[in-house]
Formats: sequence, structure tokens, C-alpha cells
Amino acid sequence: MGKLTMDTLGWCILIGKAVGVILVLVSSVPLMVWVERRGSALMQNRLGPNRVGPLGLIQPLADSIKLIFKEDLIPGHVTAFYFVLAPLLSLIPAFMTFAVIPFAAPILVEGRTISFQVADLNVGLLYIFAIASLGVYGIIMAGWSSNNKYSLLGSLRSSSQMISYELSMGLSVIGIIMVFSSVRLGDIAASQGEAWIYLGSLMIPKWGVLIQPLGFLIFLTAAFAETNRLPFDLPEGESELVAGYHLEYGSMKFAIFMMAEYLNMTTASGLMVSLYFGGWQMFWPLTWIFDALGFTGMPHEWARVVFQTASFTIKVAAFLWFFVWVRWTLPRFRYDQLMNFGWKVMLPLSLANIFLTGALIYWKVI
Amino acid sequence: MLLKPQKSLTQKIYIVDIAKGLWITIKNMIFAKKVTIQYPEERRNYSDRFRGVHYIKATNGVENCTACMLCPTVCPAECIHIVAGERPDKEKYPVQFEIDVLRCCFCGMCEEACPKDAIKLSTVYEMSQSRREVYEKGFLLEQRGNK
Repeated sequence: MGKLTMDTLGWCILIGKAVGVILVLVSSVPLMVWVERRGSALMQNRLGPNRVGPLGLIQPLADSIKLIFKEDLIPGHVTAFYFVLAPLLSLIPAFMTFAVIPFAAPILVEGRTISFQVADLNVGLLYIFAIASLGVYGIIMAGWSSNNKYSLLGSLRSSSQMISYELSMGLSVIGIIMVFSSVRLGDIAASQGEAWIYLGSLMIPKWGVLIQPLGFLIFLTAAFAETNRLPFDLPEGESELVAGYHLEYGSMKFAIFMMAEYLNMTTASGLMVSLYFGGWQMFWPLTWIFDALGFTGMPHEWARVVFQTASFTIKVAAFLWFFVWVRWTLPRFRYDQLMNFGWKVMLPLSLANIFLTGALIYWKVI
Repeated sequence: MLLKPQKSLTQKIYIVDIAKGLWITIKNMIFAKKVTIQYPEERRNYSDRFRGVHYIKATNGVENCTACMLCPTVCPAECIHIVAGERPDKEKYPVQFEIDVLRCCFCGMCEEACPKDAIKLSTVYEMSQSRREVYEKGFLLEQRGNK
């Protein structure tokens, strides 16, 4: 945000960005539900929902209408206050985390720099880790207030899983911070456009995945664990915990939990794109089209913003698809396997990654 | 004794195996034939031996049934009710022929027992109704399935 003294236009831009990002995030949820259902169906040689609207695209809307009009039931044995609070506590951090993710490079309009992220914090990454770990409170609160042993077990699993994997997630990012010397996500995304090495005339950019492949793998795995997606969805393991922490939830409160899960996925994808896949840096077909259009002056700048947003969106969409793809491929971990993997494999690997990165920076390889 | 399978190095790293699994799912998604039958538009074809809704076979517009009472006798669910009568040409015929499909277990014993080849089971399997009704003679004569 920078300075607190802003004029009216500045406030309008800020609010506009916030509302725009929230609207895009909210409308991505039904789309993701559709992708998940159709994708899973096709992978299992089924067709999936294809009746409501073209290709079944209206199906999530019909589902949400159903969920809104269902009875908002609060069972007699729950602690009502925390029971109602829990879905909100898992939804709000999911929205908040996306605030610092940049989706296009800043643009200079009449002496005013507009950055394309809701809040350009200089502690960007730390903010994301701080807020993302708040999400676990919603799950713990849901499990505990449900007053149900399955829910409690689910939330206990969730909390220990999130703590174990947050460690290696945080440590894996340190490599990126060492290379780009910044925790501001805008800076990280911008410096990923720089040239790393040249293969003939082909410029290889400094994308995080190229200079930090091990760090990326660790971050990816930890992101799956953080968003409670398969193969790490033990908090809601159907076969042993019925439905885990949202067992007692119904109607819109359940839908809010699902929304939070999908928003967490979107945020994790956005974060992975910003850190490891060049953020809003354009990639081949888009750069080619952009150069072919040949704008100059202000139209050029605005076209750049559009193309950068498009490339960011495409990358995020690819990651979201990867989440769905992995979910319907890999079976769930056993709980001891999960903990062993987190503490005995991921943590040493992420520590090794830090030392490796340090050595590579010392020898000026990256 | 617990035998732990020996894993090769690539299996221990997981990544290769995960990639293989992902390839299998995407291959199924794109290339495999989908097994779903889109019901109201597409229907499953059952064999002629399928035991669906009953019908009474007729020759020259007259039902084959002679009300011999073999089918209500053999019926394990006791769902067939026949009232016999006499035609002007002294032929015995069913005045009333009712099948209570709610009780019927579709065993096909009536079809086996019938000496006149009159009661048969068609391949029609759509029998949901909003009213509790028994199938009457008129209906049973009309509905022929795909026979």
C-alpha cells in the first residue's frame, strides 16, 4: 500500500482492485467444481454432469442454489457460536492470501503507478505464510465445536499435518528468497524475466522452477498438504473418518468449507506461479502475438497488462488442473506415511536445498 | 512374517511412478471409451430372455389364454388373479386377468408353466408409476414390449 495518505482516485483504484480480485476468485470456485467433476468423470471413463446448461457448466450454480435453500441446521450437541464461526474462519484467510499475489507488472498512468495486486506489501511472502496458517484454525474450530469424535480426529490430523508441512514449505521458499533477494512478490515475479543463460540465441529466463527444481517439488508437495487435497486429504478421509471436520455441517456452511478449499487451491496455484513459473511473465505464443500486434505508447502498456494477466491466468489454470489431475490419480497416504514423509524426507530435503542454493550462489551458477 | 517388497531407486523417489500414474489417468481421460449410457436418449439392449413386464399373447385378436389357472398356481408371489368364463363357442377364457406387479418377483414361472404360450415376459423394464395399480387384461394384451 505504501503511504496511508491517498486521494480519492487512489482509494477508488484500491477498492476496485480488491473487489475485482474477490469477484474473480469467487467465480473461479463454481468453474473449478465443474472442472473437478467433469475431469474426474472423464478420468474414470464416465461423462459427469452434462445436462444443466451447455456441457453441464450451470451444474455448480444449480448445486449452490440447492445448498442456499437448504435448512441451515445447527445440531443440538454442537457449540453453536464456534460451529458457525468455523466456516468463516477458513474462508476469510483463503480470500486474504491472494491480496499480495501480482497478476501483472505495474503500469505508470499520468504519474501514478498502479500495481496489479491488491496490496504491494514488502513482506509479501511472510504475509502469505502468516495468513495461510490461520486457515487451520477454522478446521480445528469446526472439529472441536462439532462435539463429535470423528470431526475432532479429522481436525487433529489436519492441524498436525499443516504444522509438519508448513515447515518444509517455508524452508523450500528460502531458496527463492536467497536467489532473488526479496520477499516482495512483485520483485520476485519481475526478476524471473531476467536472462539466466543463453542456449545459442534462445534466452532461458530465470524462472524459479529452472533454478530451484528441488525447491519447487518440495513446495508443490507441501502445497498439496496445505490445501488438504489428495493424496494428503487425511482430515476428511471418508473411509475412516466419515467426512472429518465437516461431518456435522450441511447446507451453505458446508459449501463455504468447499469454497475455502477451492480458494486455497487457487491461492496456492497463484503462489506457485509467482514464485516458480515467472508470475506474470509472458511465455512463447503470447509474446509472439504481443509483438505481432505492435502497439506503441499507452495502448502498448495496457495491452501488456492484458497479456500479462492472461498469461498469469493461464498458468494458474494449468496448476489448478494439475491439482485435479493429481487428486484423481494418487490414492491417500496412510497417516504414519504422511508424518514420516513430512519430517524424514521433506524437511531434510528442504534444508539440503537451502545449502545447495547457497553453494550455487557462491559459485555464481544462479 | 511381513515381507517388504524390494523397491528400485526410481520407485523410492516416487516421481517417476507418479508421472506414470498421471499418464495413465490422462490417457483414460482422452482416449478411453466412456461407459456411460445417456439414459433417456440411449437405452441398454437386453437379451430376449430378459424378464420384464408381462403381456398376454393373442392370435387373430383373441387371447391365447384359456384360464387353465396354471400360472396363478405356480406363482410364488401369488400376484396373478384370473376369473374364468365361457365364450359363446363354449371356449373357456379369462373374464378378468390381473397381475399385481407390486408383488411380482419376475421369476418367469408363469411363462414356464403356461401350456398355451399365453402369458409372457417382455423386455420392457420401465415400470415406475405414480399410482398403485394392478395390470389388467386390456393393458396386458396391448403391451407387447419388443416382441
